[in-house]
Amino acid sequence: MEKSRRYAKSHEWARLEDDGSVTVGISAYAVEALTDLVFMQLPDVGATVTAGESFGEIESVKAVSDLYAPISGKVVAANTELPSQLETLGSDPYGSGWVIRIQPDSVEQLEALMNQEAYDELIGG
Amino acid sequence: MPQRTPLAEWHENNRGRMVDFAGWSMPVQYSSIVSEHLGTRKGAGVFDVSHMGRVAIEGSQATEWLESRLTRQVRDLPVGRARYTLITGVDGTGGKVQLDGTPVILDDALVTRLADQKDTGQRFILVVNASNRQRVVCWLEACLPPEGVTISDITEESAMIAVQGPRVFGHKKDDVHEGPLRHVFEERILEQLAALPNYGALETQLGGEPVLVSRTGYTGEDGVEIILKSSQAQGVWEELVEKGGAIPCGLGSRDTLRLEAAMPLYGHELHEQTDPFSAGLGFAVNIDGREFPGAEEIRTRRGASDRRRIGLVFESRRAARSGDQVMFSKNGTDSVCGEITSGSFSPTCERGIALAVVDRVVLEQESELEVLVRGVRLPAKLVSLPFYRRPRHD
Repeated sequence: MEKSRRYAKSHEWARLEDDGSVTVGISAYAVEALTDLVFMQLPDVGATVTAGESFGEIESVKAVSDLYAPISGKVVAANTELPSQLETLGSDPYGSGWVIRIQPDSVEQLEALMNQEAYDELIGG
Repeated sequence: MPQRTPLAEWHENNRGRMVDFAGWSMPVQYSSIVSEHLGTRKGAGVFDVSHMGRVAIEGSQATEWLESRLTRQVRDLPVGRARYTLITGVDGTGGKVQLDGTPVILDDALVTRLADQKDTGQRFILVVNASNRQRVVCWLEACLPPEGVTISDITEESAMIAVQGPRVFGHKKDDVHEGPLRHVFEERILEQLAALPNYGALETQLGGEPVLVSRTGYTGEDGVEIILKSSQAQGVWEELVEKGGAIPCGLGSRDTLRLEAAMPLYGHELHEQTDPFSAGLGFAVNIDGREFPGAEEIRTRRGASDRRRIGLVFESRRAARSGDQVMFSKNGTDSVCGEITSGSFSPTCERGIALAVVDRVVLEQESELEVLVRGVRLPAKLVSLPFYRRPRHD
């Protein structure tokens, strides 16, 4: 399995880690489009998430957006420092701006997500 | 295709994020809503508000006729003064206006009295919301007497720019000469503007064209709103931004600024059927000894209102939004006691704030208020309005 980032249509990214978990974040494009982030609601560690369903919320001055799980599984870690440092989402969206880590039910679900090229096309078009 | 203001091209060329708003293509923001908001609070912001409807009402009977149309008294409005009013009438958009229909609140507006002119007689400008402009014009035209009053919708042949913030007039008499307006108006006019009271208006000239400058706004800051010829809008805007250092602000910060100032927004704090007394707009209806559409109905509500407008501040940065329910707990029992009309993160308070309408009885007892925000109950503190009041320096 390729260990590069893959993307959901709803602009979350997912990356397979060496330990078999999947790190999930929000794409730089989506953070830029949201602007003025003020609040984030993360799931608890141990929560079950389902691909395509909401696992949290991100709120900007203008609106509230759901965060959708790119893959089904159990939440094994949440970036609890993030809600008080939302600017990290913009400054390091693929590093310290990660959101949650999921132990996936089936790693093959990642195949259904877009690769970089397909995602670039989506946001460019 | 949405309509375009004379500044639409400037917005598009300067990172304006354009949205369709009430049929107009408008910038919601250029940089970030928070930086535009704070830029206005600390310095000067400039807003394209050309989408607002501008209606000229003139004629030998204009004053008396408007007196019978608006909830606010017009007869005693001096030349060069603006007043906030509601407009009641029958919505006849898309058909024939039923003059004998049941009147509703069609809009809220600012009415400004201009100097009489020999040929046209008494003159007024009514500034209305973009979303209600058509039905207001439609209603007013249907009510026109056979002679003595004319109405013209001048929205599309003019532009409107708001310049708001402490740097516009400063704290001392001469500070206006340091602010962004100095790049638009000559010395003599700057002095006249600095001498205007709140809600004062000056009709003057700009480059040989008539221009109306009012000491009004929708941000809680001192500043002006300028109505000018479309062809002059871009030049004035560029002077204000490029030489004057005013920050271009979109509709996003316009909304957070007006919310902190607790100014009503039609569609949120005010609807067709709103009781003005519950909405905290009792000041906008002068009903004693006056007649206007719906006056009788409004009169019966005075003193009978069992709801109140309140301000709520949250501990969290999370914001309640329009329509969220306000909950009231007493002796372990919960009940819904009202709803949020506008809510947002407040850049000044750095937390969520909201305007709400609640049952008056809950305000008379020791109670905890909570707001149901997307399934989560957020504790809210009742505060006096406005959330933000500009510092006074005199």
